Amino acid sequence: MANRLDVQRALANRLELVKAGLTRRDLIKMGLMTSAGVLIPKGGLTHAQTTSFGCFRGCDLGCSPQPAQVFVDPLPIPPQLPARTLSDPGLAPAPSICPNNAINPATGLPFEGRGQFNGALVPGSDCFQFFNQYPPQRYFVQRMRANTNFRITSDTKIPAQTIWGFNQGGSAASDVAVFPGPTIVTRYQQPWVVRRFNELPTQDQNGGFGVPEMSTHLHNFHSAPESDGGPCRWFFRGQYFDYYHAAQQAGFAFDFQPNGDVRESLSTLWYHDHRIEHTAENTYKGLVGFQFMFNQFDTGDEGTGFHLPSYPQFDIPLMLNDKLLDSTTGLICFDTFNFKGLIGDVQLVNGVIQPFLSVNKRRYRFRVLNAGPSRFYELFLTDPLSPGTVIPFWVIANDGNLLPTPLQVTSFRVGVAERYDIIIDFNQVKTLIGAHTTVRLENRLEQTDGQGPTCNIFPGGQGIYCLEFRIGSAVADGSVNPATHPQFYQLPSVITPRVTRNFVFDRSNGQWVINDRFAACTEMRFTVEQNTAENWNIINPRSDWQHPIHIHDEEHRILSRSNNGGHHSSLSGAVSSFSRGDCPFDGGGAGISTQFPGVPNVEVSRKDVTRLQQDETNLLFFRFRDFAGDYPMHCHNVVHEDHAMMLAFEVQPGVIDDNPNP
Amino acid sequence: MATMTRRNVLAAAGVTTVAGTTALLGDDKVTKQRYLFQNIPPRELIRQRHLPNVELVTMDGQKVHFYDDLVKDKRVVIQFMYTRCKDVCPMVTHHLVEVQRILHDRVGHDIFFYSISLSPEEDRPEDLKRFAEEHGAGPGWLFLTGEPNDILLLRKSLGFTYDDPVEDADRNNHSGMLRIGDEPLMRWATCQGGANPKWIASVIQNEADAPFKGAVNGIRQADPAVHKD
Repeated sequence: MANRLDVQRALANRLELVKAGLTRRDLIKMGLMTSAGVLIPKGGLTHAQTTSFGCFRGCDLGCSPQPAQVFVDPLPIPPQLPARTLSDPGLAPAPSICPNNAINPATGLPFEGRGQFNGALVPGSDCFQFFNQYPPQRYFVQRMRANTNFRITSDTKIPAQTIWGFNQGGSAASDVAVFPGPTIVTRYQQPWVVRRFNELPTQDQNGGFGVPEMSTHLHNFHSAPESDGGPCRWFFRGQYFDYYHAAQQAGFAFDFQPNGDVRESLSTLWYHDHRIEHTAENTYKGLVGFQFMFNQFDTGDEGTGFHLPSYPQFDIPLMLNDKLLDSTTGLICFDTFNFKGLIGDVQLVNGVIQPFLSVNKRRYRFRVLNAGPSRFYELFLTDPLSPGTVIPFWVIANDGNLLPTPLQVTSFRVGVAERYDIIIDFNQVKTLIGAHTTVRLENRLEQTDGQGPTCNIFPGGQGIYCLEFRIGSAVADGSVNPATHPQFYQLPSVITPRVTRNFVFDRSNGQWVINDRFAACTEMRFTVEQNTAENWNIINPRSDWQHPIHIHDEEHRILSRSNNGGHHSSLSGAVSSFSRGDCPFDGGGAGISTQFPGVPNVEVSRKDVTRLQQDETNLLFFRFRDFAGDYPMHCHNVVHEDHAMMLAFEVQPGVIDDNPNP
Repeated sequence: MATMTRRNVLAAAGVTTVAGTTALLGDDKVTKQRYLFQNIPPRELIRQRHLPNVELVTMDGQKVHFYDDLVKDKRVVIQFMYTRCKDVCPMVTHHLVEVQRILHDRVGHDIFFYSISLSPEEDRPEDLKRFAEEHGAGPGWLFLTGEPNDILLLRKSLGFTYDDPVEDADRNNHSGMLRIGDEPLMRWATCQGGANPKWIASVIQNEADAPFKGAVNGIRQADPAVHKD
């Protein structure tokens, strides 16, 4: 009944349990071991996982109840958030340049949470930059609510879940929160406001995790701090918060006035809670959604512009989350006491366990987002009946930014918060798989704990299947064929930096440190002179942790990835088997850049998250245009983020700060 | 106490009711399992898994139970230290003294500080008392020791653990972070003990006060926590 991997895993488990001081008799009593001495393998997707401490805590890797069957539920497509007019009651009073900080007698707090910083009102702060020059043209409303009847599988043996999420903006109770949240669709040069209401339950109704104070970050947008949804601008139950976005490309107030540099266009974004200290549990709870930006080239209509597959029929978001289900209650569980990062053994795509999607024989654009909390994926297409078949596809965008031209790959690696837009031509796929009719999106990167992946890439068919594509008949396809090498935006040029700074991400006495210093909302670590360029070295001296580093405001480029030799930083200096060694992404078949040392060609792109791999130094190039104010840099393994692997910096005009190690 | 501890672990295990087998059929992993899920309140699950009721001894020699006496119905700040620690513990303790000064009379009233020895073999209550006095720890802040196995269970249950045995054995690795909790509200956070004391104090205050701010449809969070005079 147990195969080789199960036995290996059982041995590892047993060692853990011995370490925990539990005897063989205890284990048999707990039902975790048979009298023959083999640990009972727990069901489902266990190839890539080891179980620590068995299942005696009920919320551990390898313990999650699994649905009886997978690939039986259709992939849910999040609804599109409806735009509203200013006459909508949800938008009264109308959004204003400075926050509506009049006191609401029903809450005792300002009506609007904007203007609060770290929970306290800062009078006169956080008026919108550029609001009068680019007045809002489009309006949206969202209400953050609990949904106590959310299903992650049609298997009724797994109970309905309580999620916290975003609704479609209506005040009626029937407008329930969904996970992922409604997709917000916006266009460049059409400034917009999203008004978000915090209608979450009280703290004691959190089901074991989640806090009802919110800050919604629009991940990757070039936003002013007051609308960025950073970690320190959280607001309370009963308040609303207006998020205004000027909707111009970077450079719009500096070297590309008045509308910005079209080469800086962004396309695939996501919004998520960013409450400092609590982002992991709140995003785990469901407070995440997609936002798509279109412009005159990336139009959403395959008949125009770059002729990318039409939204929404052939342009589909895929949000990946791995979760743990409590073997005691069957409910999503989150270990708020975990410091390392959380790896799940239940794989969700768009909020459902291992769904399927029926597709036609034509090209589709998929916007793949790793929504965390801690896992890294390397995704392949696999024919489950012939897992050795190599199935190529195309990467067209990294972190939502179109590459200069599509790159053909057989895999891509995606850390938490990274996005890859890919094009799969199912007509071509069908010719490769012959009479077979399905292919699956498979994660072949092994990861057994929250610290980071091992270096092991599973053979085809032995990883974790995320989603099944069922290929149907051919239909008309007016989208561009990536094999014809269409040209998208050229990369903006890299200019001479004003200053180069270094940031060492390390661990000290169980605390995350950046340059040996600690995080605080109230401490600006350094000031960037507005409208200048800088180079930053982000450095990981350790061989046992990997971190997806996210920097707010404008995007960056990876100029080089280099191995710094690393060290295992236990204070004893011991190098142990817990070092993972170096396992950089090999480019997924698209090769490594000849121009940018060590950088995979699919990462020769504008980026907002860079995987800081083991023992690595990455040189990043930035520009900081248009807006002034405070922004964070942080690890987007949201568990590390909540343990303050973060710093805040400021962008200000005319301030010279040359500190190379801030 | 060691036996008691083991029994506690097994009691927690008893609520796990997974039964069934896994069969590998072709490429599809079909799981046939029967789950007898129980409707256990989340607060109770957190207690079972993370807040063992081990017996500890205060720096005044008083016996207390971790869950029943120190955490249940309270807002707490929990930290691990040991008196011979040269570097990180004195620094974090110094920061917490400053935090206590900022929080003023809330410590011991509606927020409780606990420093738990990572060297229970050598830290006697009187050693802890001397450490507390030398550092200027005020009332409402308990220094605690106990049976080594109980403290090990407590440390691991609270998440202060490394997989690497070398790192796990280094007590300094467990002395930096603060665990901040509101037990009845199931609200748990952390803060870096090395951070600026003003920032640590603001985190603790926000953790304590934020749940009670605001209202939706007139519904406010009631405060179930114990306040002492």
